[in-house]
Amino acid sequence: MNVRAQMSMIFHLDKCIGCHTCSIACKNIWTDRKGAEYMWWNNVETKPGTGYPTKWEDQKIYKGGWEKKNGQIDLRGAGKKKGLLNIFHNPHLPVIDDYYEPFTYRYLNLIEAPEGNDQPTARPISLITGEPIDIKMGPNWDDDLSGTPDYGRKDPNLENLSEAEQEAMFQLEKMAFFYLPRICNHCLNPACVASCPSGAIYKRGEDGVVLINQEVCRAWRMCVTACPYKKSYYNWHTGKSEKCILCFPRIEAGLAPACMHSCVGRIRYLGVVLYDADMIEKVANAEESALVDAQLNMILDPFDPHVIKAAKENGLPDSTIKAAQYSPTYKFIKKWGLALPLHPEFRTLPMLFYVPPMLPVMATLSKQTNEHLKNQMDPIAKIWPEDWKYDTSMEEIFGIVEKSRFPLKYMANLFSAGDENKVKDKLKKLLAIRIWRRAKTVGDIPLDKAEAALKEVGYTPQVAEDIYYLTSLAKFDDRFVIPAAHREEAMELLENTGDRKGSVGFGFTTPAQRGL
Amino acid sequence: MDTLNNFLFIGLPYAALAVFIVGTIIRYINYGYQVSSLSSEFLEGRRLFWGSQPFHWGIIFLFLGHLIGFLFPRSVLLWNGHPVRLLIIEVTGFIFGLSAFVGLLNLFIRRITEARLKIVTNKMDLLIEIVLLLQIFTGLWVAFNYRWGSSWYASVMSPYLWSIFKFSPDVQSVIALPWMAKLHIIGAYLIVLLFPFTRLVHFLVAPLHYIGRPYQIVIWYRDRKTLRNPRSPWVAKYPQNN
Ligand code: SF4
Ligand code: SF4
Repeated sequence: MNVRAQMSMIFHLDKCIGCHTCSIACKNIWTDRKGAEYMWWNNVETKPGTGYPTKWEDQKIYKGGWEKKNGQIDLRGAGKKKGLLNIFHNPHLPVIDDYYEPFTYRYLNLIEAPEGNDQPTARPISLITGEPIDIKMGPNWDDDLSGTPDYGRKDPNLENLSEAEQEAMFQLEKMAFFYLPRICNHCLNPACVASCPSGAIYKRGEDGVVLINQEVCRAWRMCVTACPYKKSYYNWHTGKSEKCILCFPRIEAGLAPACMHSCVGRIRYLGVVLYDADMIEKVANAEESALVDAQLNMILDPFDPHVIKAAKENGLPDSTIKAAQYSPTYKFIKKWGLALPLHPEFRTLPMLFYVPPMLPVMATLSKQTNEHLKNQMDPIAKIWPEDWKYDTSMEEIFGIVEKSRFPLKYMANLFSAGDENKVKDKLKKLLAIRIWRRAKTVGDIPLDKAEAALKEVGYTPQVAEDIYYLTSLAKFDDRFVIPAAHREEAMELLENTGDRKGSVGFGFTTPAQRGL
Repeated sequence: MDTLNNFLFIGLPYAALAVFIVGTIIRYINYGYQVSSLSSEFLEGRRLFWGSQPFHWGIIFLFLGHLIGFLFPRSVLLWNGHPVRLLIIEVTGFIFGLSAFVGLLNLFIRRITEARLKIVTNKMDLLIEIVLLLQIFTGLWVAFNYRWGSSWYASVMSPYLWSIFKFSPDVQSVIALPWMAKLHIIGAYLIVLLFPFTRLVHFLVAPLHYIGRPYQIVIWYRDRKTLRNPRSPWVAKYPQNN
């Protein structure tokens, strides 16, 4: 067992309100620079939708991630052979138009335009060329546009949904969508690292943050292709690739990353998980159906004495082990089994997990139910009949999950490599907790029924309360459990301070040795 | 005349080499961040294909051809002893030369016509592209008109270049070459001279080490295992993993 620590994230999608505060926080700190204007290390997209860059999930276009061939995984569009042969021209590289051409407006014109018959306007100008442009796309251009043919219907995740299922999703009066905030997943089997010919990208041993060494990057731009999440970006001005750094300077100081700190919906959780690094290769090679389970299996129980022992042998500081025990992410992923990775089939073993959203499920009816209910409905008001309201649907509560207007298949395409049961399991759990809380607070559901619902998903009332607390009430320190110190206290953590005797102290980069 | 020849074929190569070595080292150490291929594919990807691919494969083949002729002149002459083999080498060389020329021409036109690319183009980019274009052109001219280049390169140029590297320059044979060939030689020195000041430096960081490297890279700030082991020796410098 080779125990390592990994900073992992939970995004609770039920709570995301799509406000983009996270994106702005990130942009203001990191990417408000020439060449990086178009980069959104954190972006929030509307699903169903095509996302950013357009159709990033469609690996037939972008060739990202790993694919399994003859029992062995290899990079789909990069790697030693393909990468080096395509180094002069990478045929799968997304270009700026796949994101959008960054722009601003000639605001000054509003003030300085000479007097005339027309109202002065602020024309949009390209931030690349400085010339006036017609804006074709922008950041979160598809925001809330899930019903439109250009965005919602072109979502790559609709691929293996039946016609009827798709139609059901896009009926205007029943339209449902949700937000998917994305950052770099700081994967355990990062395709970006593997694809970099220069070896500029690396994973930090201490916390698993994946970084690009700007000094070593030579603009071979293979990582942009290889990352299936398109979270490595090419800076067209500096000629270097850049990516989310998980605000490591903040983490090292014990602060939450900017996107997480600023999150209005408080959907984000950050904590350490311990995992077995010896298993990475096997897990990444697992059968597609077993991929999610295998990945979750890698994550170790931080309370298990064997794990603790192995962790200490591996040099993990006690503070990190303790942080892993208090980690909110561990609870969501392993203890409660509520979270799933995004597109596990890309096989990069992402370490950002999502709690799938419930709301569309709650507000939906399937096509078949629809037919059946048609005559009962007031044709103008389109009010759903009484017995389908949330509080009275108790008897069929889990039936609703299965018959949801938002097909489980769609969610499964996103979060579990197509396995609907996985998603169903999470949604049932979330629903059970709602029923429980409703029984307790509103009181219109008998408690014994609520308990039965909990039982069916394997929760006790105590667990349900814990989940409720961490979901709805959790304070800052519950949501972000960051090991107290990595670098700034490295001295105390790692060494007997007596060891410093006879050395040159801080700040010196060369030992104080006598010269020749 | 002698002074000019001495300047062009003795002075220039040494000056070029000196500037190349010192300039490259200084650039790498002081401006290491700027050593990059500065790819512009992200701003324009379609036309780049028709420029970058033929140019790079062509120029790599030509470079290796010149290198082999310089290092192993005897083998080249031996190989050329048979007319069919000679023809093979000359024709392939010429095709790769054409490919490099057309590719570079495409690159050059692309660079000056695409509005987005103008933003990421500097004077040195244009200068080196023009010099390279002329260089490939003179090369093609010489290969076409003075046959067979591969043979006389091995027997005339190789000894001359060796004499330069051995610090006992002997320019007699070079002086006798036609002026187009001389231009090609001078152009080569010019490129070597300009090298550290252009984007050509990315040639020196070609990622060949990728072939032998494991895919995943994990870097630790400190080697914690060694640090924590009571048996590891007392040192003033701490074991680091990066
Ligand atoms: S999400 Fe992409 S950029 Fe981030 S670690 Fe994974 S492969 Fe690399
Ligand atoms: S700040 Fe939070 S709630 Fe708002 S869009 Fe970002 S993740 Fe969603």
